[in-house]
Amino acid sequence: MTDNRFFNRSELIGILVLAVFLVVVLPLTLDVFRLNLVAKYLTYAFVALGLVVCWGYGGILSLGQGVFFGLGGYCMAMFLKLEASSVENTKIQSTPGIPDFMDWNQITSLPLFWKPFHSLTFTIAAIILVPGIFALIIGTAMFKRRVGGTYFAIITQAVAAILTILIVGQQGYTGGINGMTDLRTLKGWDIRPDHAKVVLYFFEVGCLFVCIMIAQFVRHSKLGRILVAMREKEDRVRFSGYSVANFKIFAFCIAAVFAAIGGAMFALNVGFMSPSFVGIVPSIEMVIYTAVGGRLSILGAIYGTLLVNFAKTSLSETFPELWLFGLGGLFIAVVLAFPNGLAGIWGDYVQPRIDRLISSRKPKPEGWTDSSVADGAPAE
Amino acid sequence: MLVGHQPKEFLLAVEALTVSFDGFKAVNDLSFYVDENEIRVIIGPNGAGKTTVLDLICGKTKATSGSIQFRGKELTRMKENEIVKTGVGRKFQNPSIYDDLTVFENLEISYPRGRSVFGALTFTRDAAVRDRVHEVAEMIFLKDRLNMSADLLSHGQKQWLEIGMLLIQDPDLLMLDEPVAGMSVSERTKTAELLNRIIKNRSVLVIEHDMKFVEDIAHKVTVLHQGQILSEGTMEKVQNDPKVIEVYLGH
Repeated sequence: MTDNRFFNRSELIGILVLAVFLVVVLPLTLDVFRLNLVAKYLTYAFVALGLVVCWGYGGILSLGQGVFFGLGGYCMAMFLKLEASSVENTKIQSTPGIPDFMDWNQITSLPLFWKPFHSLTFTIAAIILVPGIFALIIGTAMFKRRVGGTYFAIITQAVAAILTILIVGQQGYTGGINGMTDLRTLKGWDIRPDHAKVVLYFFEVGCLFVCIMIAQFVRHSKLGRILVAMREKEDRVRFSGYSVANFKIFAFCIAAVFAAIGGAMFALNVGFMSPSFVGIVPSIEMVIYTAVGGRLSILGAIYGTLLVNFAKTSLSETFPELWLFGLGGLFIAVVLAFPNGLAGIWGDYVQPRIDRLISSRKPKPEGWTDSSVADGAPAE
Repeated sequence: MLVGHQPKEFLLAVEALTVSFDGFKAVNDLSFYVDENEIRVIIGPNGAGKTTVLDLICGKTKATSGSIQFRGKELTRMKENEIVKTGVGRKFQNPSIYDDLTVFENLEISYPRGRSVFGALTFTRDAAVRDRVHEVAEMIFLKDRLNMSADLLSHGQKQWLEIGMLLIQDPDLLMLDEPVAGMSVSERTKTAELLNRIIKNRSVLVIEHDMKFVEDIAHKVTVLHQGQILSEGTMEKVQNDPKVIEVYLGH
């Protein structure tokens, strides 16, 4: 029996294919520089994964996922920055032992909220809890009052704008517009050389698969079906005895935590964190990755993220001015022509052909029909 | 020791219920009582406030004043999902089902277990759930369509599915808003048969326009007009009430 609480047979194959692609094919074919680029793209895949749960299943469009990506990223970056700012490394500063940007802003002692970030355990907890609790507060404030749809999307945009302004404005505490740069070591292990990049890439892929499994578990639980039900007929769910607000808050928090893990991975793999990954534009870009990949498909969102980012890198190298128009055009095209994105194209056109090819070659094995009904939910 | 008249225990007691939308009183000082195992039909012309009454009972609309007591619990202060948990089920006028899910999943979601976030995450589709879904599916004539996507059902089948979703919830008070509207004659007969079977051991509050159908099922009829009760009693009494004939049945 391959059907369980995480995946059915066809999903298992999809996950294995993705695993082979990320763990074997890419590391063997790409040089370290390109592999590190993939690592950077994959940090957005965490966000896209969260959006599949929150937007795809739950119908809650958040245009402010950059906030949570940023919170996770800054938590990680604060730890790395503190380690890089040892007294020894910063002895030329007027106050040694504090991050360089604080010294430049005439701050003479480490602010209180920075102090716990000396501890890696605290940092890891903060990466999950800070965005999680922040999402819980926003979600409770919005969903308990039945704010939803477009209004909710606009408010998340506002939050993204506010957080960016806050980070840029509080230069002495956050590094301002430049962000936190010059991150060097993790518990004494240098994260900059090539071999470290490779190790971090595999670590990130590992984390991504843990998140994929969590998303699969949610999707196949009754909660996943309630999210879909809620997206269509909120009142019916409410009058079937469920607290719709709580389910929305849960989906929003899951998406926030996934985004935050992606942000932390970004700080580790790319070696800096800045407000340019927090604001409105990056938040909308993240929604586009999900839409292109297919907002109803966990794996589709990951391929979508990789594809759009590869296109972005290669096209923006060649036509830097045109790229943003291209991205906008791509979004419009996908929404108009393929509302379910790449995953929709795959499910509608490619998969049936493959199925037909396989079934015409060999006699129907027993239980074959399982995989065709399996797409929506586990066969009962 | 029983001395004199004991106050009768009603399942549902609506008293002095008023709701006003910007000054317009959709329901105005309305009082009525529903007994255990009673089938009550509410009729009345368009805009009489019939659907609003159901909205008020299930918590969709908040009352301006008045009280709704269900088994002694005050419903006007409760949230919608809490009202459901006390045993009130509501069917909407237009079939309200989940098109993207299968018939089985539609019924399963209404199964009264695992209604919290954590409960829904750990919910398992065990034999009890499967048996109950199959049992209800058989009652609502959808036994062989369990794995079908719900949006492929006909209008009548969607109505049955929603009735089934309420059945699986097993409410003590079932509220149905025009259950046979838009149905073919044969579907209507089947629905009457279905309703007659499911109303055992529970009270039912039905809004309906189809007088033939009302005659078939009603124990007692309440006629609403402009948010107030115009007449109440048996079908026969109501049909012969000159006020009712004037505003409603005469047309």
